Order: sequence, then C-alpha cells, then structure tokens
Amino acid sequence: MTVISTEKNPEALSLTLVAEFDAGAERVWQLFEDPRQLERWWGPPTYPATFYKHEFVPGGQASYYMTGPDGDKSHGWWEFTSINAPRQLEFDDGFADSDGNPTGEYGISHATVTLETVGERTRMTILSIFESEEQLEQLVQMGMEEGMKQAVGQIDSILAEHASA
Amino acid sequence: MVVDQLHETELDRLFQAFADSTRRDIVRRVTVGEFSVSGLAALYAMSFAAVQKHVAVLERASLVTKEKRGREQIVRANHEGLQNARRLLDEYEHMWCQRVDRMADILAEG
Repeated sequence: MTVISTEKNPEALSLTLVAEFDAGAERVWQLFEDPRQLERWWGPPTYPATFYKHEFVPGGQASYYMTGPDGDKSHGWWEFTSINAPRQLEFDDGFADSDGNPTGEYGISHATVTLETVGERTRMTILSIFESEEQLEQLVQMGMEEGMKQAVGQIDSILAEHASA
Repeated sequence: MVVDQLHETELDRLFQAFADSTRRDIVRRVTVGEFSVSGLAALYAMSFAAVQKHVAVLERASLVTKEKRGREQIVRANHEGLQNARRLLDEYEHMWCQRVDRMADILAEG
C-alpha cells in the first residue's frame, strides 16, 4: 500500500497525506521537478495536465492546463514559495485564465511536500491547507454534526478498494 | 486543483457560502429547526433584505431550502446538500490518493 495515512484536521484546517515509495528521495523529487513527469500524475487520465511553464526555483511560477474529455481546458497556476531539494517543496495552487494569469476569484490552496528517507524507501508527506480555512473547518464540523455516516462509509469503501487494488 | 470543473464550481459555491459568519450562523440554526426569514432577520442587526440575500446564497449552494408558507418564507437545512459538502471534501482526499498511485506507477518504471 502506497498511501499510509490521510488525516483531515479540522483544527489545523488541513489534509495530511503520508505515502511511501520504493525509490530514493532524489528520484521522487524528479516527479515534481521535471514537468514532463509531473504532468503524468497531477491530472487524472480523463483530465491530463500540461505544464507549459515550470520555473522550479523559489518564487518561480508554473502554469498548466488540464484538458477534459471534450477538449475543454481548465487553467491553473502554481507559485513555488520554498524549494529545498530533495527534501521540501512548498507551493500555492490556484485557478488561472486562459493566459495563465491568476484569476483570484477562486480560493488558493497551499501545499507542503516533505520527503524523508526511511531505509530504502522514501516517505512523502503532503500537507494541504486551504486559504478558505474557516470555511473548510465549518464544512468538516457540519459534516460531523450531521452524522454523515452514510457518506463517510461510501468514502471508506472507496478507499478500501483503492488500498487493496 | 483543477480536476473536474463541475465539482470545482460546487466547491466554490460552498466556500463562498461559508465565508460569512452570518451565513454560518443561519446554517447552524436551521439544522436544529426551521426558521422564517423574518424570524432570522430579528436575530441579526441587519435588514430583512440583507438576511434574505444571505439565505439566497445558502440556497444556491444547496445548503438550505426555502418554502413559502402563507406570508412567511420558511428556511430549512438541506441535508442532502450538507452531505454533499462532506463528500466533496472526501473527494479531495481521494484525488490525492489517486495522484500518489500514479506517482508510484511512474517510479515503478525505474
């Protein structure tokens, strides 16, 4: 199982995902550094990503679009706020117009990727924080108050299938 | 973050709906019991029209429903919409799990 744990934390308003790969940290780092490798995993097969700008330096920007089944394009941008190869990477992620300029009308999420060497393997921790933190917390809390066991159960079974696949 | 435009639009509406403390308070209250718009308006230091506007935003985000009863407009929680909100969050988590799977596939190529 590649994904070891995921945790939605309503206090920190974050999603933390921990995964382990059978590869060295340098190799895993390339999945972020090399735009050709990055676009192979960022978007799902039905919405493949194309990174046409990838300034992999602190303060640098990346621009990408994702192409839908009908050829429709959704544009996004990243800004690399911190890069320490091959250990830690931080970036903001948001929506862009068709010229790659941030629209600002949608929320921004902030991701921190940390790679640790564990024996022969690499442990990747991704911390995802929403800008609309208050809203996210509210969403999660409401979910709990409403006792949404059914919805959670559905997700659990999807994740279980996913884990055994 | 751009995965499925439809879902993103739903998510945006939800975030927008929850971005305001009055709207959050309205949702909290109507999950416990129904309120008329004028009943809600009496709770806040703002006009009836302003409260009506907040209710409309929540309605668009499928978090509450509004129904005419006589001269009153009755606001209730939209439980299906609230479940959907939770599901969207879980989907975000699932999306990252799928990304990790694809990363592992690329790494397996050597």
